[in-house]
Amino acid sequence: MIDTLKTKLKTGDELINESIIKAKNSNLNAFVTIINDAKVEDKDLVLSGIPYVAKDNFSTKGILSTASSNSLKDYIPFFDATAIKKLKETGAVNIGKTVMDELGMGETGTTGHTGAVKNPWDNERITGGSSAGSCAAVAAGIVPFALGSDTGGSIRKPSSYCGVVGYKPTYGMISRYGLFALASSFDHVGVITTSVKDAALVVDTIKGIDENDMTSWDSSNINLTSSLTANIKTKKLFYIKEICENNYSDTLDETTKTLELFNETLNKVRTLGFTVDEISIDKTLLNAIYPAYFTIASAEATSNMANLTGMIFGPRGKGKTAEEMMFDHRTNGFSPLIKRKFIIGSYVLRAENIDRYLFNSAKVRKIITDKISDLFKTYDGMILPASLSPAPKADDKLPVYLKTEQYLAIANFGGFPSITIPSGFVNNMPVGINITGNIKDDENLLNIAYNIENILGYKNQTTKGGK
Amino acid sequence: MALKVVIGLEMHCELKTVSKVFSKSKNEYNDLPNSVVSPVDMAFPGTMPLLNKEAVKNSIKMAMCLNCAIPEILIFDRKNYFYPDLSKGYQITQNTSPIGVNGKIEVEVGDALIPITIHDIHLEEDTASLDHYFDYSLIDYNRAGVPLLEIVTDPCIYSPDAAVAFLEHLRNIYKYTGASDADTKKGQIRCDVNVSLMEEGSTTLGTKVEVKNVNSFSNVHAAILYEIDRQTRLIKAGRQDEIIQETRRWDDETSTTVRMREKVESVDYKYYIDPNIPKIKIEKEWLDEIKAEIPMLPLMRKKSYIDQYNLSNYDAGVIIKTKENSDYFEECLEIGINPKEAANWITSQIMGYLNKYNLEINEFYLTPKRLFEILEPLNKGKISSKQAKELFFKVLEDEEEPEVLIKKYNMEQLDNDDELTQIINKILENNKTQVEEYKDGKTNMFDYFVGQVMKETKGKANPVKVKEILLNRLI
Repeated sequence: MIDTLKTKLKTGDELINESIIKAKNSNLNAFVTIINDAKVEDKDLVLSGIPYVAKDNFSTKGILSTASSNSLKDYIPFFDATAIKKLKETGAVNIGKTVMDELGMGETGTTGHTGAVKNPWDNERITGGSSAGSCAAVAAGIVPFALGSDTGGSIRKPSSYCGVVGYKPTYGMISRYGLFALASSFDHVGVITTSVKDAALVVDTIKGIDENDMTSWDSSNINLTSSLTANIKTKKLFYIKEICENNYSDTLDETTKTLELFNETLNKVRTLGFTVDEISIDKTLLNAIYPAYFTIASAEATSNMANLTGMIFGPRGKGKTAEEMMFDHRTNGFSPLIKRKFIIGSYVLRAENIDRYLFNSAKVRKIITDKISDLFKTYDGMILPASLSPAPKADDKLPVYLKTEQYLAIANFGGFPSITIPSGFVNNMPVGINITGNIKDDENLLNIAYNIENILGYKNQTTKGGK
Repeated sequence: MALKVVIGLEMHCELKTVSKVFSKSKNEYNDLPNSVVSPVDMAFPGTMPLLNKEAVKNSIKMAMCLNCAIPEILIFDRKNYFYPDLSKGYQITQNTSPIGVNGKIEVEVGDALIPITIHDIHLEEDTASLDHYFDYSLIDYNRAGVPLLEIVTDPCIYSPDAAVAFLEHLRNIYKYTGASDADTKKGQIRCDVNVSLMEEGSTTLGTKVEVKNVNSFSNVHAAILYEIDRQTRLIKAGRQDEIIQETRRWDDETSTTVRMREKVESVDYKYYIDPNIPKIKIEKEWLDEIKAEIPMLPLMRKKSYIDQYNLSNYDAGVIIKTKENSDYFEECLEIGINPKEAANWITSQIMGYLNKYNLEINEFYLTPKRLFEILEPLNKGKISSKQAKELFFKVLEDEEEPEVLIKKYNMEQLDNDDELTQIINKILENNKTQVEEYKDGKTNMFDYFVGQVMKETKGKANPVKVKEILLNRLI
């Protein structure tokens, strides 16, 4: 899609203005900020004149960055996140900041301080989250790509619900500097696009070692775009039996259909000459993913967000002493959901609890990571449904869906590269598959995803039409 | 019931580095508030720590000097608590695996060498500083993120003198290694002092009272004495249950310790490993490199001065008191000044002058080379020792080279034979009576003639030469 747009780019700001108008006219509540005066700076760069949007938890110089929280409702940063800076340097033009679940803590796209984001395929349904507005904007064809962040599936789940491609590379491949931290050991910067090729193209321009992020690493020998068309030979994939068999309690009709579609998809994948094996993993272990994720993420988030006091940035709290002002800010700045996570985070970090909760969760994390890493010695990737249903309706029993799907966090546990691509429709709503590869094996992963995308036929899909 | 004091110390010292420990802003003192800060220091959303290798290196140097075990993997933890001077809401420090543990050194207290064991050494970041006014407070983030090394001893110190001797010794090591300027005047050193009393012969430690943020060594001494007195009185009065585990602070105005809060068992800092700083392996090669950079430390130098150069214990002690003095002394030896002579001049003339004018030896005009230029003519008999001392002060007053001043003030001794003979002839001519008396056996007249020559030459005549010529002429 980016290629097509680039050839179309003749009159400079035409594309940008088009995107800004589309953004303004959209009724999805996808934007915290639309940057009306966004302009093309330089016309001869890789992404010159290509409009994009960024999740509102990226630090953008001179542009409101709220992370969809009242605690940052007036915060205008004075520096760009590394990913934003790199996009600027390659000519891409940021036309908006998108709504997310407050501070990234949510899976529905309904908890931002400016309200819920609507799914462009059906406005009655949610987008999923937390990269809600970013996925909605790409799915609605407002922009060809968006920046998101993924801590436990926050790019890959809403991408499934919105029928777009969502990719988070290996941990540390894209610098996190300037991404508002949620859970630092799980946080990834990633992209949302309408094709694997666009995802490769954008990540190729923003990846790389960054002196400001000690966890970033040198990936200069990796070229995702050129790896797409490499020889696929016989790739080996596996799926986890316990996740894909239809024995969920409270099974919904849409879940049954989603799993049927997944099996059909696997058969299509096999036609590429890929081996797709079924692997069984102890259900007790799989059931431990959610609590382990929740415990670690809450602990890290509690500490990471202790800087939100309203003393240096964000609305200043009321009170006579600094302590009173901080107390007031943190009382009024967060929704009850966030405060609940902070309380849990504080609880599991307490000296008398840390062994039982945090360290045990860390053990679960390690056991799962080791298990999957071990499988990657035999397999090129793990293929799973990116969601166990299409996007639920806003009034559905959300928790039932969401808890069962926390297996997407496996990729965050181990820092594995992971990508969601659309694989069809259930009840006229898009769903996707998710493929996860081994650490730093992103080229292989995208090569596989590109070939599967080709046979599935949902490339360049938006609500405005495909291809 | 004899009571014995048990002291444990925590010494915080700001390390010398170009930039801060986790950001690129400069690590330098600046009067203008919030002028050396970066987004990282102020914890703007999305910022991440960037570990300063130099700070780690300086910490390792100190760990080596204190004979600590150094871990193979470098780990940093977050200490979580809210306070207005803590921008992130947590302090990055080392809890899981400090940079040094189980150290041991010996410190001179008077004539005795006492052992002190180090519990651990950890690298952390300093907080911002707060200025409190009547109804508002101001925060200065210049200090936020300055590398801070905390050295924690076991409760193994048994007198205020030993505590201060230990702190002075540490300060000296900081300076010798260059790990810190360790300047108490600039607030670079802050100490927490733990004091408890126990019965002589008992093995159970008494209740520990912590006096926090004591900012000078003399106050450390005073705070310990005050606590010994306060706790002794309570025990003697049968009120030992009033000694509770608590945090106090030293109050300068009243010279007492004042209760801040009851003790920390209730504060849970929720330590956990910082996920933004990868675990870093400390390579052995790097340790070897660091070890090679550590200069000979004060006690070693002292021993070598006594053994090699026959200096007195006192002189050697004065010279090693600061690295600058010791370096000055060693530079003197390098350019050929006799060790004893150098030591004499340093401990008497030079120290006297520096103390009088409150100067540091490294800002002293009289460099070892200039000292050499004073001592050389003295040793060659060109100037007298009295003149050498005069010349010493002239050099400092005029800030001129000794060579120039010797000429300027006409200091060079008169030792030209012909000139002296002429002068002596004249004096003998004018004192015929005295010459007769001398020849009649009144030999003490000899000194009279010498005195006359000196008077005539305004003291510049070389006395040895004068005596020689006189003896010849009076035969």
